[in-house]
Amino acid sequence: MSDKAAKAKNRASKPGAVTKVGLIARSGLVKEAKPAKEPEVATQDKASKPHSPSWERVLLARHVERPHALDFILALCDDFVELHGDRRFGDDAALVGGPASFAGRSVMVLGHQKGRNTKENIVRNFGMPRAEGYRKALRLMEHAARFKMPLLTFIDTPGAYPGKESEERGMSLAIAENLMALCRLPVPIIALVTGEGGSGGALAIGLADRMLMLENSIYSVASPEASAAILWRDASQAPAAAEAMKITAPDLYRFGIIDEVIPEPPGGGHLDRLALMATVRETLDRHLSDLEQHFTFQGEAGHKAMLDARYQKYRHIGHWAELSNFSDN
Amino acid sequence: MKDLFKRNTRPAETAPEKKAGEPVQNVAAEQHGHLPKFTWNRSHSAADAGSPDKAEPAAQAQSQADIPDDLWIRCPACKELLYSKELENNKKVCQKCGHHFRLNAHQRVAFLADEGSFEETDPGLITADPLNFVSLAEAPYALKAVETRRKTGLNEALLTGFARLQGWALGLAVCDFSFQGGSMGGVFGEKLVRLVEEAIKRHCPVLTVSASGGARMHEGLFSLMQMAKTTAALSRLAEAGLPHFSLLTDPCTGGVFASYASIADIIMAEPGALIGFAGPRVIEQITKQKLPPGFQTAEFLLEHGMVDQVVPRKELNSTLATLLKLYAATPKPTLEQSQSPEVISYVG
Repeated sequence: MSDKAAKAKNRASKPGAVTKVGLIARSGLVKEAKPAKEPEVATQDKASKPHSPSWERVLLARHVERPHALDFILALCDDFVELHGDRRFGDDAALVGGPASFAGRSVMVLGHQKGRNTKENIVRNFGMPRAEGYRKALRLMEHAARFKMPLLTFIDTPGAYPGKESEERGMSLAIAENLMALCRLPVPIIALVTGEGGSGGALAIGLADRMLMLENSIYSVASPEASAAILWRDASQAPAAAEAMKITAPDLYRFGIIDEVIPEPPGGGHLDRLALMATVRETLDRHLSDLEQHFTFQGEAGHKAMLDARYQKYRHIGHWAELSNFSDN
Repeated sequence: MKDLFKRNTRPAETAPEKKAGEPVQNVAAEQHGHLPKFTWNRSHSAADAGSPDKAEPAAQAQSQADIPDDLWIRCPACKELLYSKELENNKKVCQKCGHHFRLNAHQRVAFLADEGSFEETDPGLITADPLNFVSLAEAPYALKAVETRRKTGLNEALLTGFARLQGWALGLAVCDFSFQGGSMGGVFGEKLVRLVEEAIKRHCPVLTVSASGGARMHEGLFSLMQMAKTTAALSRLAEAGLPHFSLLTDPCTGGVFASYASIADIIMAEPGALIGFAGPRVIEQITKQKLPPGFQTAEFLLEHGMVDQVVPRKELNSTLATLLKLYAATPKPTLEQSQSPEVISYVG
């Protein structure tokens, strides 16, 4: 026994063996062997910051008490009339919309609607629209264009519904057509991510002149679970994915993808709805008035300038290097 | 032996129509038709290690998933053994069952474009790492990108350029699935948008050939925004009165299918291609249902009215040429440049 132990000790003292142990430790294979108090030390070190700020934001963005599209619409607008159906196949309760009056003007509003309990969520399909939802949205966008109503959208979806019927009814085409319609829509568009901005299902009503996000909302190319499953074949690594994908409002503001982060009351918007709604109303009105001053009230030239500005806004998103001179954009 | 190597590893440079014009190579290949396979393997690996121009063999190496480096290739659909040269002559379509093998971007361009007419645009654009992406399982994105470029010999998952198809000028944007699953990130979007903007300037139509898993995870929301960016550019092409043709090939899912590839004036698909919004695995996980055979194939999309035609690879060029002629026939003064009479008579 003692002979073996001595051998082991001897081996461990060799530089090669030490490296090996170090490698294993770094690869996380010996995580269990670490003293249990280590995580506490780690949190104490970052006492001011939560352990995984991105993941906490994900949980807040999905909080069941968080206001959903209809809550925002009813709190911010007067005279909202919900319009139903895509006139092609059916109505989708996961995507709601209709004309309303916002700060003295007629607007068209669209939003993803989640439920608060299982029963509601079955009706609302957990806020995941199907193709008919996006085709209804397209119909309302056309209203907005014809009747010169600015478009306000409230984004809160895990993503478009990836089911069998979505394939049969051309989900991809519905999303793509919406993107194209939004590129050309001759009225100001403001998109506000209120909770989860999930992938193409969010973007399909989110291509806008101004992109705003609530402080505790997220916007991602795929949900953290899906990202983890795609990247590492392990959906349980979602918190790590949330961190790596940089999906929080402050991150995306830093990247210049979104235009403004709307602060929330301490602890999350659901704790003080009145304060939240007041801030959101003020911010939306400010951006909308700004767009109207710059574009809508400037006649034909203004419309063209607005569409050009919208094109340029998306035209410049992305990073690359040119192999010849490596000039980063 | 060198001839043999050339013929088998660099199909992108040898358009099938041109083969009759190279009798020496043909004879050589014929003579060596019964060579044991190791000869080919050896010459291939030697070239890979030592060749100064290693981009092409490397690109070819990527298609090994579909096409083993062998003189004989087993069709994954009907299990028939196919002679690789005949398969090549048949545009990589199985002669027995019609299975369409996947093509990499350079092979696709070689089959589509008139000999020597392809001029690549923005070949030197490479990806940056906007998120400073750190992965749990693999190398950080910045390193992975370098590795992918080295392995595939490509700089990005999209190959763009201008070419002539039976004399008709058009912009080409071809995905390469071997480069990170053909995923759309910042460079992919930028290359496509630059191509489309140039096509508007040159007044010529655009053909996009898509084979992609969707948006690239490693660039986060930047990738998602490429859906908006590419769609916006192609909507400008439409406003300029220029047609956009989209060819969906195996496999095409996610962000690419849900953006620019779906807003084309004419959408075509290759037989048997897997095309869908979500991958079949995701749907089965979410709905807990088994998907019926043939679900999400090109034929399924045709049946549901989502694509205009399912076009076999053999007929693709003639179909496209006909469409280019028909869509150019409407009086559009802006199209004059690309359809000048000399160009048309050049076809004969």
